[in-house]
Amino acid sequence: MIANFGYKDGSGEFYIAIDTDKCNGCGDCIPACPSHILALRDNEFDPMADDQMVVILDEFRKKIKYACAACKPDHAVHSLPCVNACAPVAITHSW
Amino acid sequence: MAKEFWRWKEYNWKNEDISWKNGSTISAGIDVGSVSSQAVILVDGELYAYSSMRTGSDSPKSAENAMNWALDGTEMTMQNIHYVVGTGYGRVNVPFANKTITEIACHARGANTMYGPTVRTILDMGGQDCKAIRCDEKGKVTNFLMNDKCAAGTGRGMEVFADLLSVPIEDIGPLSFEVAEEPPPVSSTCVVFAKTEATSLLRQGWPKNKVIASYCSAMAHRVVSLLERISVENDFVITGGIGKNIGVVKRITDELGANTLQSKYDTQIAGALGAALFGRALAEKERK
Ligand code: SF4
Ligand code: SF4
Repeated sequence: MIANFGYKDGSGEFYIAIDTDKCNGCGDCIPACPSHILALRDNEFDPMADDQMVVILDEFRKKIKYACAACKPDHAVHSLPCVNACAPVAITHSW
Repeated sequence: MAKEFWRWKEYNWKNEDISWKNGSTISAGIDVGSVSSQAVILVDGELYAYSSMRTGSDSPKSAENAMNWALDGTEMTMQNIHYVVGTGYGRVNVPFANKTITEIACHARGANTMYGPTVRTILDMGGQDCKAIRCDEKGKVTNFLMNDKCAAGTGRGMEVFADLLSVPIEDIGPLSFEVAEEPPPVSSTCVVFAKTEATSLLRQGWPKNKVIASYCSAMAHRVVSLLERISVENDFVITGGIGKNIGVVKRITDELGANTLQSKYDTQIAGALGAALFGRALAEKERK
């Protein structure tokens, strides 16, 4: 499953996508994030399965653009700590 | 008291053909949304009863009211229900739920049953947010996104609009087609700005229906742009309260060129139905 966390508004599209088929629940991305917006949770999008997945914490979903400004202040393409930490390449950003 | 044009009908329904006492698993799903709450009761996976009403300021109370209303006239009590699943924005506030499940999963599961296994894309236009969900033939989520940043494209936005124009909310859809030609969409669907814009169009002498068409079209356009990211695959369905507004639904499907399905059930119960279906599966899993 691809879980898109974030939003689209007049200023652009700000989504962090987690590919749950690739995410192995290792948790390596969590301490890598300087804004502490990532967390490991039960996969509540598939209630019959017992796996875990990384989510963007609720309180950051509506302001992801600002939370991630720590890593990409100028909107240019950077190498992002969360993406770098993830060996299976489960995290992608839309902006 | 002034007439409340936004007010939609609250109701309950029960299936007289089912005698619940013969059922082996009775499950319930409660969807406490920001604007409306629904309760669904299933007997061995068959739809037995449901209710739909407005969410009050107190979520636990709203959950209880919806549940009681669905139970009304059935002789069934809470003790007869084996498993209750809470979903929706207020899901943590369903005091009697055995488990809570996100509305994304519940809408996909519910739509799979309401519209059949050919459903691949679900657009849930709820009271205060919009969700686009892709699922497989079993109703399992494969991709989703939500937009809860503003009330555009939502039931609450439509309620405010209906009130502003003094048109009953059920009439908005049909009236939006009673125009000589399709007007350009209002430039803003933001509740606050759309209100100002609609007021100024009326003042410029636009007929009401034209303003309505323009607003429905703006809402549709806005939502279609949200769908781009997950790309729509047929069959396509719209759940939630706006799913009943033909003025918005038709404009969305026309713009997408999508194939939509109709359901004999109320589009607002998809979430609660999905929750009740999960309830049945979880009850049976626990029994094993
Ligand atoms: S871009 Fe930076 S702030 Fe945003 S999730 Fe990744 S590590 Fe965290
Ligand atoms: S680093 Fe990648 S695989 Fe590990 S938990 Fe984070 S997203 Fe999942």
